[in-house]
Parts: sequence; structure tokens; C-alpha cells
Amino acid sequence: MSRLRFYQFAVVAGFVLLLEGLCLAGVIDKVTMPPPHIIVRDLFRMIIAGRYFADIGKSLANVLLAFSSAYIFGVVAGTILHGYKTARDVLDPLFATYYAIPVFAFYPLFIVIFGLGDGPQVLIGFLLAVVAVIVTTLNGLDRVPLVLKKTAQVNGLNPLQTALRITLPFCAPYLLTAAKLALAYAFIGVIGSEFIMARSGMGYEISYAYTNFDNATMYPLILLILLFSIAANSLLSHWESVLLARRGQK
Amino acid sequence: MMLKETNAPFRNTVILIVGLFLFWELAYLIVGEVALRSPLETVEFLGKLMRTDVFWLHLADSMKAFAAALAIAVALGLLIGFALGLHRLSGDAIEPMLVALYSIPKITLYPIILLAFGIGISAKIAFGAIHGVIPVALFTLSAVRNIKPILIKTGRVLKLSPPVMVRAILFPAAVPEIFTGLRVGFSLTLIGTVLGEMFAAQRGLGYLLMNAISLYNIDLIMSVTFLLVLFAATVNALLLAIDRRLHHG
Repeated sequence: MSRLRFYQFAVVAGFVLLLEGLCLAGVIDKVTMPPPHIIVRDLFRMIIAGRYFADIGKSLANVLLAFSSAYIFGVVAGTILHGYKTARDVLDPLFATYYAIPVFAFYPLFIVIFGLGDGPQVLIGFLLAVVAVIVTTLNGLDRVPLVLKKTAQVNGLNPLQTALRITLPFCAPYLLTAAKLALAYAFIGVIGSEFIMARSGMGYEISYAYTNFDNATMYPLILLILLFSIAANSLLSHWESVLLARRGQK
Repeated sequence: MMLKETNAPFRNTVILIVGLFLFWELAYLIVGEVALRSPLETVEFLGKLMRTDVFWLHLADSMKAFAAALAIAVALGLLIGFALGLHRLSGDAIEPMLVALYSIPKITLYPIILLAFGIGISAKIAFGAIHGVIPVALFTLSAVRNIKPILIKTGRVLKLSPPVMVRAILFPAAVPEIFTGLRVGFSLTLIGTVLGEMFAAQRGLGYLLMNAISLYNIDLIMSVTFLLVLFAATVNALLLAIDRRLHHG
């Protein structure tokens, strides 16, 4: 395991050093990209000065809103849908095709309908995330052993009790996977929408900085977004593997 | 009974499509002409749009960028996937990193690509390709890993050289899962290309879409969105059918 970690560290470090070298040697010119150490320095300066805190807060709040609404709606919808085979069969082609559809293409339409506020961005994040949650919830519920369901029946639990005390706890690893996917999609949806067209938010600030050739703002903000999403992803992945290991599935 | 079984997926798809159109019509009746068009109006406008030359220029530009991006994503994805799948330690180390990269909002990297390639078709191609390459690589990696060890041992016993090994044993054995990767890669490359066009482009369907917002041209927004969804869904349904046949055939 430690050998693996070392290898991973070496790959990342090698990549950063390569970029640093290319930038310093002038192969990548200053207008295209400042050297990595300058980006990190600018990021620290930005944080100390407290610049863009309002934008960062707004983006994160919208991501959280899109994530939590998609997650709650998705788990509830998945649980209900699991009981209705016909409805599920009808929706199955939709689920299979859903992620092939460029959801961002609906963004202009949403702007026309809801105006250029937070609504369209949260909606895009929600739409990207929700189907992954439904599909993963269904997937988990399919794997609940028959014996557990029978135990619930023998004990006379009603459907709500069965869901809360038997099936959903059994599905915990799947629900965690669903959370991981939903968070990633909510992030992509909200930041992406801000980037395409918005009036504030991290994505907007990046595109604004791009139009003004303001690399000292653009690169630190990009780095910050990458750090946010990678941190969230690795945290949830780690938790997921701990949960799976406890069940002896990995 | 047999007939009923095979007809069920088809019937479900028809019900779903009819249901989606009803939902659209209903939304139109509620929201009204201010912001939406009915399915019929949208199709009519699309027909009108298709008789203009400008539309075909935009479509051709999008398709050219998409085809090039897809070719790069597939070639590079297969290469990375095979290399990592065959070397255990590299695969174990890099797979989680690829998964993490997959989950980042790649659109924030677009300014970097624009600075590196300049505004134009090459930036779109690069952006489409970085969307598609990771799923192709990840699926190929897992496909190569899940090949039965006995097949690889047979190859070793026969003293096959690495290229022959890939061509004669690894590739045929991994094809079903690789195909799934290609299907996902196809969709994501399309999304990436259109997304690239929606920000800083002068041509293509994505540009047409963004231009329509500033003109408040709802007909144009709806028909281009409809066309994109129709194209993505149709191709994906076809690929999915092949995919399922490969997995069960």
C-alpha cells in the first residue's frame, strides 16, 4: 500500500515538476500559463486577502443545494420506483440514455424560462445528479437478500419501517456511491453553468478572468476548484472502501 | 409468450417517448409562448432551419470537431487502458487518479485549452477529447484486468510477442467491456465538444445555441436543443443495443 502511495505521489510530483520546468524554460510562455509555484503563491494571496469569498460561498451553497435536493429526491424516487416494476421498465430506456444527453444544452432554455439567477444553475446540477442517484439506489435495492425481506414480513413491518430499518441500511454502500456521484455531478453542473453564463460564482469569475487575460486570478481559482472536487471525491471514495472492507466485499 | 417478451422493451420505449412528448406539450401549455414552443412548432422550425445554408455550416463544423475528438479519445483511451491494464502497479496507482479526474468540472480547464490552442476548431477538439478519453481508458483498463488468467497464460506458453498478444488474445477477450467504454466515451466527447462551442466559439451548434440566447430566439434554442438530444439519444440507443448483444451474445 505504501509503495502504491509513493508511486502516486511520484506521478503527481513528476507532473508538477515537468510543468514548472516547461514554464521556467519558456516552452510554455507566461501568457499561456504561469509556473505552478506562482499559481500556488497567487492562491495564498487570494485567500489571505479574502478575495472572491462571496463567489466561492455562493458556488458552494448552490452545489450543496443541487446535491442535497437531487440526493433526497433520488433516494426517495428510487425506493418508490423499486416497488413498481412496470414503471421501472418504462423508465429504463430513459436511464440508459440519460447521460448521453448533453444536459448543458438545456441551460439556455432554462435561462429563458427562469431568468439569469441561481435557479437554472441549481436545476442543471440537480438534473445531472438525480438520475445517478435513482439508478444507484435501484441497483442497491435489487441486491437486498430475500431472507431479509422475509424477516421484515415475519415481523410485520410496514413498507416504511422495512425501508428505514432493513433495506436502506443494507444499501448503505450504494447510497454512499450515489452520494459520491451526485456530488461530482452537482459540482460539474453548477460550476459549468456559471462558466457558460452567469453573473457571479467561481465559474463566472474564471471565465471573466479569462476574457481579461487575468492569469493571476484565473489559475488560482481553477486550482481551488480542482482541489475542492478532488478532496470531496477522495474523501467519499475512502469512506466507501472502508464500508466495503467492513462487509468483506473488498 | 416469446413474442411478448421480445416486444416488451420496444413497447416500453414507445410509451416513454410518447410520455416525454406529452410532458413537453403540457409544460408548453403551462409556461406558454413566452419561453417555450410546442413539440410541433419546434419540429416545424427545425425543418425550416434545415433549409438554410448557415445551419449546415454550423452542423458540419460541430461534426468535424466531434469526429476528430472522438478519434483522439478512442485511440488515446485504448492506449492508456491497455498499458495500465497490463502493468498491475501502474494500474492500481493511476486508476483512482483517473476516477478523480473524471469527477472534476472539466469546463474550468477550458480557458487553459483556449490559451494553449487559441479559439478555433483545435480547442474544441482538445476539449471534446479530454472528456471522452478517461471513460475509454477506465473501461479498457478494467476489461484488460478482468480477462481470464488462463487466456494470458496460454499466450505466454505460446511465447506471443506483446503486440500479437494484444491483437490475438487481449483485445478479443476484452471487446464487450471496451465497447461499453466506447459508448460512454462517445456521449461524453459529444457533450465536451458542444460545451466547448457554448463558450468562446464562432461556429458550431453550441455557438448557435448561445447566440440564440442573446437574440432571445426561443425557436432556435428549442430546435437546436431538440436536435442535439435526438442525435445523442438515437446513437446511444443503437450503441446500447450492440453493447447488450456483445455482453450476452
